[in-house]
Amino acid sequence: MTQAFNIADLSTAAPEVILSAVAMLILVLDFIAPRGKRDWLGYLSVLGVLLTLMVVIRQWGATRSAFSGQYLSDPFALFFKILFLVSTALILLMSIGYLRGEGVDRGEFYGLILFATLGMMFMASAVDLLILYVGLETMSIPIYILAGFLKRERRSNEAALKYLLMGGFSSAVILYGIVMLYGLTGATGLKEIASSLTAGTGMFSNPALILAMVMLAAGFGFKIAAVPFHMYIPDVYEGAPTPVTALLSAASEIAGLAILLRVFLVAIPGLQVRWTLLFYVLSLLTMTVGNVVAIAQSNIKRMLAYSSIAHVGYLLIGLVAGPERGISATLLYTLVYALMTLGAFAMVILLCVGEVKGERIDDFTGLAQRSPMAAAAMLIFLLSLAGVPPTAGFVGKLYLFGAAIERGYVWLAVIAVVNSAISLFYYMKVTMAMYMRDIPPAGLALSPSRPLRVALFVAVVGTLAIGVYPGPFLDLARASVAGLW
Amino acid sequence: MVPLSHYLILSAALFAIGMFGALTRRNAIGILMALELMFNAVNLNFVAFSRYLPQTMLQGQIFAIFVITVAAAEAAVGLAIVLGLYRNFKSVNVDEINLMKG
Repeated sequence: MTQAFNIADLSTAAPEVILSAVAMLILVLDFIAPRGKRDWLGYLSVLGVLLTLMVVIRQWGATRSAFSGQYLSDPFALFFKILFLVSTALILLMSIGYLRGEGVDRGEFYGLILFATLGMMFMASAVDLLILYVGLETMSIPIYILAGFLKRERRSNEAALKYLLMGGFSSAVILYGIVMLYGLTGATGLKEIASSLTAGTGMFSNPALILAMVMLAAGFGFKIAAVPFHMYIPDVYEGAPTPVTALLSAASEIAGLAILLRVFLVAIPGLQVRWTLLFYVLSLLTMTVGNVVAIAQSNIKRMLAYSSIAHVGYLLIGLVAGPERGISATLLYTLVYALMTLGAFAMVILLCVGEVKGERIDDFTGLAQRSPMAAAAMLIFLLSLAGVPPTAGFVGKLYLFGAAIERGYVWLAVIAVVNSAISLFYYMKVTMAMYMRDIPPAGLALSPSRPLRVALFVAVVGTLAIGVYPGPFLDLARASVAGLW
Repeated sequence: MVPLSHYLILSAALFAIGMFGALTRRNAIGILMALELMFNAVNLNFVAFSRYLPQTMLQGQIFAIFVITVAAAEAAVGLAIVLGLYRNFKSVNVDEINLMKG
C-alpha cells in the first residue's frame, strides 16, 4: 500500500489505457467528421477494440498487479476482458447500420460504448472496492446516456430515466454495503478484508457483516437483473436502442456478475454457507419468474429481456455450486450466453428495415421464405438459448447443472431443467412464426448492412463452435478461475 | 468527543429517509434528490469510520471524495435526461411517464 505510482503500472493496465485513448479520439473526431459521413468512426472504434483485444490476449498467462495492489490483471480478469471486448466489437458492428437506419448521425454513440466497456474492464480487474465502484459507475453513466440516445423517441427517454433511477438506487445500496465492510475491517482491498475478517473474533456472526452481505447482494442483484430486483429491466430493454439493449444484456450484466463473483469469493468466503442459501433462493426465483413471464410477451425485445433474466438465474447456479467446478461452469456459460444473446439482438436489428420494426414477434412471420439464411441463424440462436444440442447453450447448461448435481443441489438442477423446457415453448413461438406461417403480403426484402452480416456470422460460428467442440473453451474457463481464491 | 455510534445512527437515518424518498416521490427531480441523500449518508459513514478506526489510513476519506465526484457526474447526466424527457412528455411526474407496462 505504500508503493507509489510508477510507470510500469501503465503497461500492466495497457488495455485500459489504449481503449480510453481510442474512446477520446472518437469523441474528438466526431467534431471534425462531416455530417452524414460518420460510419468510419464506427469502423475505427472496432479497430480500437480489436487492438485492445490483442494486447489483452498477449497478457494472458501472467498475473500482475498495479496501482498499489488495487488493480489485478489475472486470468479471471483477462477472461472477462476478452468477453467484453468481443461483445463490444460485435455491438459496434451492429450499431453502424442501426444508426443509419434510425437517422441518428452521431459518432459519440461509439465513444460512449467504448467508455462503458472501459468501465467493465476496470470492474473485471478490480481487487479494491474503490476501483470496483469507480469502474461500475464508469460503465453505468455512459449506458444511462446511451439508453436515451434516441432523443425524440419517448420510449427511449423513459428507458433512460428508469435505468438512471434504478442504477443510482442500486449504486447507493452497494455503497452502503461497502461502507459497512470498510467499517468492520478498516480495509477496502478484497484480500485485506478477508484476512481481517478471519483474524477478528466472532466476526462472522456480526449482524453488521450480514447486513453488508445482504446490501451487496441486493445491489449487485439490481445490476445483474436478478428477481426480485428486475422490475425495471423489461422496460429499459424495450425502450433503449437495440444495440444498447444488446450491450446491457450481453456485457453489462456479465460485468456485474464478474464483480459479484470476485467480491463474494475473495472478500467474504467465510460467509459462504449464508450466501449460498441467499443465491440459491435468488437463482430459483430468477429463472422461474423470467421464464414464466416471458411466455406472455409479444414484443421480441421484451421477450429477450425476460429470457436474459432467466439466464441470470442459470448463471447463479454456478455460484451456488461454488468452487471450482461451479464457478468455471458459470464462466463458460457467460461466454455462451453473450454470443447467443448478441446474435438474437443482431437479428432484431436485421429486421429493423423500412416500416417494419423488428420488435414484435409477428414481424418474424415468414422469415424462412424471405431470407432462409437469416431464419437459420435465428433458429440456431433460439435453440442455443433453449439449450438444445448441438449448440453452445446445451454444453453450457450441461456443465452448470452437472456442477449443481455434483454438489448435491439436485432439486435446483431439476427445477432448472424444468425451466429450460418452459423456455423452449416461447423460443419455439418465434420459430413457428418464421417457418410455419406464410409470408405477409407486404414482406420487404431484407438488406442487412455488411458489418451486421459480419457480426451475425461471428455469433453463429461461435455458438456452433462451443456447442460442437467445447473442450478448449472449458479449459479456458477452468484456467481463468484457477488462481481466484 | 462525539462517539462513533452517533454518526452511524445519523447516517442510517439519512439513508433510510433517502430510500423512503426514492421509493415514494413521484417527481423525477425529487427522486434524484433522494438518491443524493443516500449517497451522502454513505459519505458520512466513510468519513466517520476513517476518523475513528485506529488501524485505517485515509481510504475512507478518499472513497468519500470519489463518491462525491461520481455523484456529481451522475446528477449531471440525470438532469440532462430529465430535461430531454420534459421536452417530450411535458411532465416530470414518473406516474405519467409510463408508456411501457411494468
